[in-house]
Amino acid sequence: MPFGNTHNNFKMNYKVEEEFPELSKHNNHMAKVLTKDMYAKLRDKQTPTGFTVDDVIQTGVDNPGHPFIMTVGCVAGDEESYDVFKDLFDPVISDRHGGYKPSDKHKTDLNFENLKGGDDLDPNYVLSSRVRTGRSIKGYALPPHNSRGERRAVEKLSVEALNSLDGEFKGKYYPLKSMTDAEQEQLIADHFLFDKPVSPLLLAAGMARDWPDARGIWHNENKTFLVWVNEEDHLRVISMQKGGNMKEVFKRFCVGLQRIEEIFKKHNHGFMWNEHLGYILTCPSNLGTGLRGGVHVKLPKLSTHAKFEEILTRLRLQKRGTGGVDTASVGGVFDISNADRIGSSEVDQVQCVVDGVKLMVEMEKKLEKGEAIDSMIPAQK
Amino acid sequence: RLKQKKKMNHVTLKMNYSAEQEFPDLSKHNNHMAKVLTPDMYAGLRDKQTPSGFTLDDVIQTGVDNPGHPFIMTVGCVAGDEETYDVFKDLLDPVIEDRHGGYKPTDKHKTDLNSDNLQGGDDLDPNYVLSSRVRTGRSIRGFCLPPHCSRGERRGIENLSIEALSSLDGDLKGKYYALRNMTDEEQQQLIDDHFLFDKPVSPLLLASGMARDWPDARGIWHNDNKTFLVWVNEEDHLRVISMQKGGNMREVFTRFCEGLTKIEGLFKEKGHEFMWNEHLGYVLTCPSNLGTGLRAGVHVKLPNLSKHESFGEVLKRLRLQKRGTGGVDTAAVGGVFDISNADRLGFSEVELVQMVVDGVQLLVDMEKRLEGGQSISDLMPEQK
Repeated sequence: MPFGNTHNNFKMNYKVEEEFPELSKHNNHMAKVLTKDMYAKLRDKQTPTGFTVDDVIQTGVDNPGHPFIMTVGCVAGDEESYDVFKDLFDPVISDRHGGYKPSDKHKTDLNFENLKGGDDLDPNYVLSSRVRTGRSIKGYALPPHNSRGERRAVEKLSVEALNSLDGEFKGKYYPLKSMTDAEQEQLIADHFLFDKPVSPLLLAAGMARDWPDARGIWHNENKTFLVWVNEEDHLRVISMQKGGNMKEVFKRFCVGLQRIEEIFKKHNHGFMWNEHLGYILTCPSNLGTGLRGGVHVKLPKLSTHAKFEEILTRLRLQKRGTGGVDTASVGGVFDISNADRIGSSEVDQVQCVVDGVKLMVEMEKKLEKGEAIDSMIPAQK
Repeated sequence: RLKQKKKMNHVTLKMNYSAEQEFPDLSKHNNHMAKVLTPDMYAGLRDKQTPSGFTLDDVIQTGVDNPGHPFIMTVGCVAGDEETYDVFKDLLDPVIEDRHGGYKPTDKHKTDLNSDNLQGGDDLDPNYVLSSRVRTGRSIRGFCLPPHCSRGERRGIENLSIEALSSLDGDLKGKYYALRNMTDEEQQQLIDDHFLFDKPVSPLLLASGMARDWPDARGIWHNDNKTFLVWVNEEDHLRVISMQKGGNMREVFTRFCEGLTKIEGLFKEKGHEFMWNEHLGYVLTCPSNLGTGLRAGVHVKLPNLSKHESFGEVLKRLRLQKRGTGGVDTAAVGGVFDISNADRLGFSEVELVQMVVDGVQLLVDMEKRLEGGQSISDLMPEQK
């Protein structure tokens, strides 16, 4: 439902031309793909929970474009969205995910033992390592569309599942709406706290409704494993620590995720997944693994080299500022992470990060010494 | 749950959860909706929708998402169409009563747009009264309101409005500026004239969905003299504004009534009335604007009076309210206040403008007394 309009019964009284959104100033994946014919075909359809094509595209209509990144401009409201509106989602997915075809199969691999190396990135350069993903709980609508009752049920199940974790995963849940000032201060200092979205991309999709009801943060005592409940996805799962031991971060990530999944399955609410799209998430950009594995790394010299962007592209990596998406880098420190989400497994993607960052640190060291890096420029992966 | 045979839509999905599970958490809230909505009321209304599909959750979303405002008691609910006020009367009647000074479901509202019935109002002292303005809103029957209308409906309203306004002549002859293809020069001029409205930033408005598809089908029309202005598809289908410098409220109100009446006639010629009924008067998006939808006000210099301990009480007795000169949500600058009628419903347009005219005349007299170091106790009015 993001808003009332999307289930307006009178829309079908108007012709397609009259209802078709004005996209002439728009630059997002949805706007590139949506045609009048497509809109005509989809506009009277809805998923079993009542999500409509106008629900799917509202965020892309309201947000013509972003200065730094090509936004997706559409969201799913439930698992069935990707099927009922495949005429729109399939080309968006293909465009966003490097030509991924409707007939392609996605491979899931959360066996951390398959990762080679990754425990020796130079901590003088690699300041921190982090892996995050999202998970959606089967049987509930997604954040753009869910009701308060559904969102609370997701919270309740999640807290049950997380509270049963032990060992290095033993932790505590902090609901946003009853957090004390002291708890809030601590979560901010730890860089764990998420706040009500301010991005118009998210607000226009309706995922901030009823804030802060049923939203919260869970983390383990060691502060190395963190779960966000009911932010942009049902769950966001994050493993992180200082330094460059990505292997350890990824191991904890895989083990923790699998333990959580077992508990949800016991309650007959597994994660949304299928063999074509992998893990189903709210934003089509996060389909597949939903995984962003990254480091904060000092690359003051390499980042000003003429070939920096080219190197990143060939390594299948992307850069962001250290505030995350939508931010610029500070002091030559970059957030470097995998660019891909679908069509390669979790292990594949973290391997790209591990190998790629290792190479870039070596390049940085060469440049520090005033040496050339041309012979090190990699082939396209 | 999704395996149920019954086909679900956005209403039936929620019925899988009990009313308690769906009832919003309003414990930190302070708005009219939160004061009035009970779990029983929610249970009774939650499976209903208007003919166009507006639901209870649509009505209250803005109030759930916005617990309160530091300066003003917000309403916390909106209408999506004319029928909202009927289908959800169990909620909206008490909100209306609370907001509009005890207005009962059986009360009748009087409409009077005959400016001849206004007494005086042409001689407010321009040394104090810097400008005068009257605004109202109008909804076009047969279309959903801004929280709920589709793009097709919104464009339909825009087309109708442009047609109607373009046939105005004489003092009202003017031009339409669509937000979406305004030139930079046009935009700058409209900003300089203080006419331009922008995409809402208030979370109160955004949460109700009225900024969807911005700036599609939104625009500003004004006459060549820049004294009569119509906003199309902002918070209501139409906002109609008459304004000018100085204190001749009578002239402002006369133009207002004539312009509105002409526009209404033009819409009727095309087979479209304004939403109106004898209980609620003019039907608008926000329950606070029902009745006349009218806010008549002046920008007036009251540096001494505004510091007087009785200022608040005087305003209350005169049935007036103060705002900063930026409008609602702003503070006063340089002792200049925006003073306008507090009421909307249960009084006619003439009655409300009369209160402003008489009240501001008194406030200016009080200000002059205080300037002269004299007391104002003998000028204190009775409660109107």
